Amino acid sequence: METIWQFDLVHFWAAALAFSILMYVLLDGFDLGVGMLFGISGDAGLRDRMLRTIAPVWDGNETWLVVIGTVLFGAFPAVYAIFLSAFYLPVAFLLGALILRGVSMEFRGRSSVRRRWFWNLGFSGGSFAAAFVQGAAVGALVKGIDVESGQYVGGPWDWLSPFAVFCGLGLVAGYALLGASWLVMKTRDDLREWSYHWLLRLLAVSIVFIAISFVWTLLARLNITDRWFQAPMLLIVPTLLLIAGVGGLLWSWRQRLDRLAYPMAALIFFAAFIAFLLSFWPWVLPGDLRFDQAAAPPKSLEFLFYGAGMIVLPIVVLYTVGVYWIFRGKSRPLDE
Amino acid sequence: MLELDPVILSRIQFAFTITFHVIFPSFTIGLAAWLTTLEGLSMATGRPVYRRLFDFWLKIFVVAFVMGVVSGIVMAFQFGTNWSELAARTGPIQGPLLAYESFTAFLLEATFFGVMLFGRHRVPPWFYFVSCLMVAFGTSLSTFWILANNSWMQVPVGYALEGQQFVPTSWSAILTNEVLWVRFPHMLLAAYLTTAFCVAAVGAWYALRRLYAEDSRVMLRMGLGLAALLIPFQLVIGHLNGEYVEKHQPSKFTAIEGRWETEQPARLLLLAWPDEAAERNSFEIGVPVLGSFFDSLTFDSREPGIRTVAADERPPFLIPFYGFRAMVGMGLVMLFISWTGSVLVRRRRMDAGKLPPKWFLWATALSFPSGFIAVVAGWFTAEVGRQPWVVFGALRTADAVTPSLGTATALTSLLIYIGLYSIIFPAGTYYIHRTIQRGPGNETEADESTAVKVHRRVLPLGQ
Repeated sequence: METIWQFDLVHFWAAALAFSILMYVLLDGFDLGVGMLFGISGDAGLRDRMLRTIAPVWDGNETWLVVIGTVLFGAFPAVYAIFLSAFYLPVAFLLGALILRGVSMEFRGRSSVRRRWFWNLGFSGGSFAAAFVQGAAVGALVKGIDVESGQYVGGPWDWLSPFAVFCGLGLVAGYALLGASWLVMKTRDDLREWSYHWLLRLLAVSIVFIAISFVWTLLARLNITDRWFQAPMLLIVPTLLLIAGVGGLLWSWRQRLDRLAYPMAALIFFAAFIAFLLSFWPWVLPGDLRFDQAAAPPKSLEFLFYGAGMIVLPIVVLYTVGVYWIFRGKSRPLDE
Repeated sequence: MLELDPVILSRIQFAFTITFHVIFPSFTIGLAAWLTTLEGLSMATGRPVYRRLFDFWLKIFVVAFVMGVVSGIVMAFQFGTNWSELAARTGPIQGPLLAYESFTAFLLEATFFGVMLFGRHRVPPWFYFVSCLMVAFGTSLSTFWILANNSWMQVPVGYALEGQQFVPTSWSAILTNEVLWVRFPHMLLAAYLTTAFCVAAVGAWYALRRLYAEDSRVMLRMGLGLAALLIPFQLVIGHLNGEYVEKHQPSKFTAIEGRWETEQPARLLLLAWPDEAAERNSFEIGVPVLGSFFDSLTFDSREPGIRTVAADERPPFLIPFYGFRAMVGMGLVMLFISWTGSVLVRRRRMDAGKLPPKWFLWATALSFPSGFIAVVAGWFTAEVGRQPWVVFGALRTADAVTPSLGTATALTSLLIYIGLYSIIFPAGTYYIHRTIQRGPGNETEADESTAVKVHRRVLPLGQ
């Protein structure tokens, strides 16, 4: 009985972790994307309006990253210790980029027009860097990291392979796509048209990245491909979701269905996420470490479960939805 | 001379990032409560001054809050990047405590912060008030979990060792840790006092410049009034903190006291310069007997010196010694100013149309950083005094570092943070300073023409 309970708690916390990652990717993904599109657009008027769409929510979005970190630490301390020492430099770059981006967003409106370029650069550059590093880390994870007896034994730059760089660029395109679909939903007139224009291009680029990374993974026989060969059926669901997402996004572009774009872009990410989950589960590090091996002792998981899992997590989801509801619809000027 | 190995670099990085970080929460915990109070008063009385002050302090709150959030994200990952041995061994205990922080507090603050900032015209007034309350509640809750975690590292309880891993045996013991319940109120009061003095100092600054008479009076009275009320409690709780240190962490205690040899009766050292090689102070000024009195409230108690602690279990001497004195010194400054303030209120010197004496306004205005100094000094005393342990008495700092971490890598991340913080910290301070310069009731931050106008209005009376 005890062991079954323990086993279910591991599942629960693995699911909570997956959920937090998905929340982070879908939410901070679009505001990082808006940051990158901000960098592409040189028009000061458009830029201010772009920022207005994410100003009330970016803070909460980014906080899901802390939730990921602390759930890992709390429920799977072994994974937390291995991942963060393996990804020491990318994590430092990521955090640096997020810090720069966050304060730049708040400071640019307060600075004189003459110095604003610096914060503009910090905001868009930080968004690019954060997206790239996250994608690269995912690529490095797919490629595999060196672990011996529960400790990372590789070097500080092992994560940076051509495949990881490719994945980093892929996520840059993907987040920008999410950002464009968000802007389509939240803005009007010329900015909406501008976003539709980028939406289509970014969709094309993203599809190319997904296709190449899939083939690359197969050719290089990276860690997760064994699983694909054992059970090719696993890939059916994500493929269908992907097709639905791409189709829906094209449809919303053609028909100018503003409110459909973001959910469809999110569906594409969801498909990739499911594919990722199915390829790894139940391994955290394929061949090295399973989720249940990495889990904290039952007393820790229970303590987390009764408060944070059963009570707080649902409340968090509820008020997150609530805040998005309060700021629903096309973004308005602040004093309206 | 220090040798730059990954352990010392990681310690420097942690000290650097947390020093930067702790400044903002200790400001925003109090500011969130202050804003909630203003919003409540504004709703209850309808007086425009409260709304004006709310809008004014909200601008300062935004800067401080954003810097607190982004620097807090760094803290959440450093346990794994630099201290992976610590993370792997104590994760079953520290992990859940920190996870509770991010679930109950961090998300709550960050989410309702958006409503506070942009929701004024989108939600009904009662909901807006609730949002302020949620942010204030979240910041305090955050303090609780962080101190629960840090207190466990200071005085570990409710655990068993399984192999090398610290496994929780009793969460109730961990959450009722006696040191937690003196340290948490100590930190919370410190945050409130920090903010109270910032508010009062800004009020005093305007009063000196004869600006915003009504606003400045409200800030002076509320800031000083709260401080006058809280500081006696803080002194009592501070004393209780001293008692836990004496009981649980004698090595830290002797470092704070600057005492090498056991003495009876013990002196109270005011100034000292320790010579760690010779195991004595090369210079010291002390008051006889007073040490015994403060430590035990008797005149002849025997107080141990650091020589009673094994040489490899001693903390560095200087930082806890002076950190403690800086903290207590700031506390006494706060006590003096806030109580003088209440005497002046009693004598009706802060009524409308009257001004408190100039020297008092200057003292109050200059006390702006007193809370920050006290918080940082206190944090340094607690953290450095705990060395060489990361989990006191159970895990050494040197054994907690990430095994694969090289010197160059550790140095890279440290330089990234130093470079970044040395841009954004002065910038944030500058923007807060400028908001204060512009004063309450001046709209449109980025509007250059307004800035110029305000500047003209301030200058003739100013420098």
